[in-house]
Amino acid sequence: MASVLQKCSVLCRSLPASAAVKAFSRSTAPCASSLQTKDFHSGAAVYSQQLATVGASSKYGGRYTVTMIPGDGIGPELMAHVKDVFRYAGVPVDFEEVQITSQEGDDVAIENAITAIKRNGVALKGNIETPHDMSQALFKSRNVEVRVRLDLFANVLRCKTFPGLPSRHGDIDIVIIRENTEGEYTSLEHENVPGVVESYKIITAKNSERIARYAFEYAQRHGRKKVTAVHKANIMKMGDGLFLECCKKMSEEFPNIEYESMIIDNCSMQMVSRPQQFDVMVMPNLYGNIISNIGAGLVGGPGLVPGENIGQEYAVFETATRNTGKSIAGQNVANPTAMLLASALMLEHLGLDKYASLIENAVYKALADDKIRTPDLGGQHSTVDMVQTVVKEVEAQAAKL
Amino acid sequence: MAAVVRTLVGSATKLQWQPASVLCCRAVSTTMPAQDPAIPAPVSKPKGNQKVTMIPGDGIGPELMHSVKEVFKHALVPVDFEEIHVSEVQDWGQDHQDTVEKVIQSFERTGVGLKGTIHTPAWLQVGDLQSLNMDVRRRLDLFANVVRVKSMPGLKTRHHNLDFVIIREQTEGEYSSLEHESVDGVVESLKIITREKSQRIAKFAFDYATRHGREKVTAVHKANIMKMGDGMFLRCCEEVSKLYPRIKFENMIIDNCCMQLVSNPYQFDVMVMPNLYGNIVDNLAAGLVGGAGIVPGESYSHSYAVFETGARHPFAQAVGRNIANPTAMLMSAANMLKHMHLEYHGQMISDAVERVIKVGKVRTRDMGGYATTTDLTTAIIDNLHRGKFSNFA
Repeated sequence: MASVLQKCSVLCRSLPASAAVKAFSRSTAPCASSLQTKDFHSGAAVYSQQLATVGASSKYGGRYTVTMIPGDGIGPELMAHVKDVFRYAGVPVDFEEVQITSQEGDDVAIENAITAIKRNGVALKGNIETPHDMSQALFKSRNVEVRVRLDLFANVLRCKTFPGLPSRHGDIDIVIIRENTEGEYTSLEHENVPGVVESYKIITAKNSERIARYAFEYAQRHGRKKVTAVHKANIMKMGDGLFLECCKKMSEEFPNIEYESMIIDNCSMQMVSRPQQFDVMVMPNLYGNIISNIGAGLVGGPGLVPGENIGQEYAVFETATRNTGKSIAGQNVANPTAMLLASALMLEHLGLDKYASLIENAVYKALADDKIRTPDLGGQHSTVDMVQTVVKEVEAQAAKL
Repeated sequence: MAAVVRTLVGSATKLQWQPASVLCCRAVSTTMPAQDPAIPAPVSKPKGNQKVTMIPGDGIGPELMHSVKEVFKHALVPVDFEEIHVSEVQDWGQDHQDTVEKVIQSFERTGVGLKGTIHTPAWLQVGDLQSLNMDVRRRLDLFANVVRVKSMPGLKTRHHNLDFVIIREQTEGEYSSLEHESVDGVVESLKIITREKSQRIAKFAFDYATRHGREKVTAVHKANIMKMGDGMFLRCCEEVSKLYPRIKFENMIIDNCCMQLVSNPYQFDVMVMPNLYGNIVDNLAAGLVGGAGIVPGESYSHSYAVFETGARHPFAQAVGRNIANPTAMLMSAANMLKHMHLEYHGQMISDAVERVIKVGKVRTRDMGGYATTTDLTTAIIDNLHRGKFSNFA
């Protein structure tokens, strides 16, 4: 965060005077607030460094506290269902709920949410609506802010064919690992001359190496065979070139894992024509966004696939494709699968493996055996139907734990 | 330009003040729009019995445990006890390591336990300086002791409507068991304070406050005299408090704190302190609301939770006389059930206890009555299925 702000101030200085003034006048309010938050945050950063010995966890007597950020759209209702399922499974997790809104000037909520995650170490999060009209050009997405501030550099998403669900391709099992903090998502954009906008895409060796290492280590840990780096180094020879170089260098440390690279446009085509060829994929931010949506689409849509954002100290779990689902909010038709599986991933992260597999298996069973199909899968079942089926199975199996 | 600056300052102060109003609302409270739960609350979650370790301990411990077992039986609580007898007095001279090992293994299976006090005779000066209580505590790393001091309606005490929480570090400080006699007649005892453990207990206190919707944490210390040791404890609390902007942080010197506790105890919310101060303040506060027989307590490590009485005395002179007050242990057992996701049963038992005490017909001697332990237990059992739980089948 601090480094981004620094970049921002450097940027302001390097701009022509008029442009700088213009940018400033447009952004007085957010700027003032971001200064304030910066001070606050740098303080918190120092303390979290000192607190390193304690670790970011609030597990006492075997019970965990996890931050819950319901988000917008269908987020709140899905969270309520997660709580229901947890209650029936007897999961020793308490949620500390913090709401974030995208209203301008509402910096208190996001500060609270971020300090809450810093205290608890782990969060379950719905997506937060980001307004994207020009009047708020300098407004940073809250989702991005959470990721950048907590340094959640890796977004991991596993697209695996759901047994029993019809899809165009069978036998898919891809892990998509996406750099989450830099690239095109720096929010450094400006209009030098009216009608000409420049956006900064930042690629650093440090972050590229870090994500490449994460990808290879993930592959090794999970017994995967191949890592594919996705890039556009033929056009962005320096930026994506650097990323590619870092991946290549890293691959030399892992001789038992096959390494290849693929250009993003070809990769997208391969994804929809022959997705079975991929194993683990690693890529910069924006490509990752696109490929994860393709991947989620391949196995059945945004309602099914969970995602995790991992950093050195903190982890935030959410659905893979970060949609708010505003149009179907409150209608009892949203598919709870992705959020339930995300909560299972969270439990696995906490080390509560038996509860994780309990919930995961119940969800798979509801889809495969009980043939619960919410409208996004072409069926007539409601969200509650699905949750009730899962709860029934969880309740039956929990007694055997 | 000046105008711009003024508006900037204005907006900055507005932004700064905004937190106060927003922060007032509780952290854990539901910020989500209220919804009907899709699934009604189940009676037992999950189905089936759960295992719990039980260490009756010395003195009146076994009698209290008997009372707990009776109540659990009648409340149909889905819990099985793994009972382990540990005593330093009765098995005097034996090697305790086997028993301790057994306790540890049991906790590894269950994670939760109910414990009486193991008597540590002061005359026992042979061998290890460390008491058995401390040994178990240290092996399980039960670093945080929590005593919630809450007035019981119906019980006559000097102060009413008290409700505060005392959190005590209980693995280091004065309890390090490091004492020696360098020169004949001169004894040195080492009080150890470490940053790691101070931060850990401070974070625990703030996490507790967050989870239970409390508003203030008071650190109790003697940093004016022990500038380094208690000074570090205080600094650690201050550092950790920065991560909890919604919770007010204060500190108080132990001597003043004791005075405040007996003159105006209403000012306290959550208190956090090192080991020995905690021991004293626990007992003092228990006295405020009715004595050792009333106040439940609990000890936490990261993985284990042990539920016990708030003021830990074996009360050996009451053994076998059927006069011990089972309230504290029953409330503690109810808290244990709440911790284990058995809120329904926990609530049923604590409600029954409160109802019996409020009515005031059946009281043990320490509460100013003549009833026996058995009388009180029976009265509580009779009250189990009353009130809002009458539909319980």
